[in-house]
Amino acid sequence: MHPAFSVIFLTTLIGAAQGLFLGLFSTQLYSELNILPNVADSNFYGIGAVISLLLLGGGLISSFFHLGHPERAWRAATMWRTSWLSREALALPLMIAAVFLYGAIHLGGYDSIAYTHGDIKLSASLFAGIFGVFATFTLFICTAMIYACIKFLQEWSSPLTVINYILFGTASGFALATALASYFGLTEHTLFLGNWAIILTVLVFLTRSASLYRNSRIKFKSSVQSAIGIRHNKIVQKSQGAMGGSFNTREYFHGKTAMFLKSVKYIFMVLVFPVPLILLFSAVESSNTGVLFAAFAIQYIGLIAERWYFFAQANHPQNIYYQTV
Amino acid sequence: MTQLALIIDLNVCVGCSACVTSCKEWNTSGPAGFMSDDNPYQKDPNGTFFNRVQTYEVGEFPKTETVHFPKSCLHCEEPPCVPVCPTGASYKRELDGIVLVDYDKCIGCKYCSWACPYGAREIDEHQKVMKKCTLCVDRIYDEALPESERKPACVLACPTNARLFGDVHDPDSEVSEMIREEGGYQLMPEWGTQPSNHYLPRRKNKITIHKDELIRVDNPLNKEQKQHHEPVNAPTLEDNSYN
Repeated sequence: MHPAFSVIFLTTLIGAAQGLFLGLFSTQLYSELNILPNVADSNFYGIGAVISLLLLGGGLISSFFHLGHPERAWRAATMWRTSWLSREALALPLMIAAVFLYGAIHLGGYDSIAYTHGDIKLSASLFAGIFGVFATFTLFICTAMIYACIKFLQEWSSPLTVINYILFGTASGFALATALASYFGLTEHTLFLGNWAIILTVLVFLTRSASLYRNSRIKFKSSVQSAIGIRHNKIVQKSQGAMGGSFNTREYFHGKTAMFLKSVKYIFMVLVFPVPLILLFSAVESSNTGVLFAAFAIQYIGLIAERWYFFAQANHPQNIYYQTV
Repeated sequence: MTQLALIIDLNVCVGCSACVTSCKEWNTSGPAGFMSDDNPYQKDPNGTFFNRVQTYEVGEFPKTETVHFPKSCLHCEEPPCVPVCPTGASYKRELDGIVLVDYDKCIGCKYCSWACPYGAREIDEHQKVMKKCTLCVDRIYDEALPESERKPACVLACPTNARLFGDVHDPDSEVSEMIREEGGYQLMPEWGTQPSNHYLPRRKNKITIHKDELIRVDNPLNKEQKQHHEPVNAPTLEDNSYN
């Protein structure tokens, strides 16, 4: 497939925003269950939610560049019964609303204790956050299922696609949350979030490697024989009906060499996994904010390459019809 | 339920592209608006088409066969492009099974084109909506036209009658009979899309005729000694048959 940067930015930005929100929520949950020390400055959650909102907004704006008629985008909410894209179009505003609510409670000082049980005091914002967690996972599943549900794009049509989208998003979001916690001077929370960022990055390394392995030995169901219905071992295309190229030659092929594709794979394998892991390992204990932000930034750049590769690697069966000019 | 479709006979298609040009001519002048072109007469021509004729070479030289293969939307019975559309712009008509795009609802997200394994959909680069074959829905019901002309433009243009149009759900229709009797098949059956358009394979009709079958033993001319060939002395096929 031809990788569209609008979609690459949409999926990576909202992934990081969702992960960041999950990071904030888990920090608050652990703190209020007295597993972590209490966060005195609720601006950590508030500012975190604002950053998450900015990333979500960036993704939303980016998605509009993908549309031929962005002014009709509201119509995308109508077919949620059948279309994962429509479901995503509903889940994204839901996510934005949830994070806005969560951030507004913290920043506006509207928070109060909603439930007490012995030493444990759960605040109202935590319950608002549960709504956000629901929205986060709904959005993750909708985004990933857009790709995983197309059964003849065999590279995408796998549960690994959904797992990878969830783990890539949470890993990069937790890395950002780690840097943010460090910026707010929350050393123990930095350690907590940083360790989770490391665990998630290692997990997604395993699941992405699994999908790369799966895709490298994929057996394609369609062939030129099934495409034109002629049973002969040797069929060669001689013309595709258009000499100047067409939508079919532009939309479904990345237009780069195999070497370029391979390079992107190595680039993302380095930038998403080992480099952020080394940076996180080195800076989590010492709460070095600069290094932690660099870990997130480098991983994010790597994720752009990863998403580009995700699209470019998918072989659309229609390409069988477009082998020769 | 009616399911209108095209039957394309690869046995007689000569690859003249008359269906391509007539399709473009009819649909670019239709009520749904033009099909935009870029640089039609210059370098890198580009444009929106509903139908293209491709060419394949089957076999190894010199024992090859050239197959011309027209490709347009197949109007699947289970169209994968329809449920993925987020706006409902892409739909399949209950009335006649034609898969259409509502150009006023389409947001141009291209998701349906990803979900079509045949590459039958194209985005119009200027109108920014997804377009595809409509089976000339604006002419097949046009009562201003004589009944013989209420067919898709490509069908009327085909000089070799390689394109047939009709209801594939009616077992007595011409197209159903052709599918049944001439080995009609669907493209990429592995995806369960059940395309309504069928293709008829290349087929060769051969009969073996022996020399003695060409000679009538009981030819009355024999009796008159006016036959133009040597008399056959050996028993012939007709000597052994009971007719």
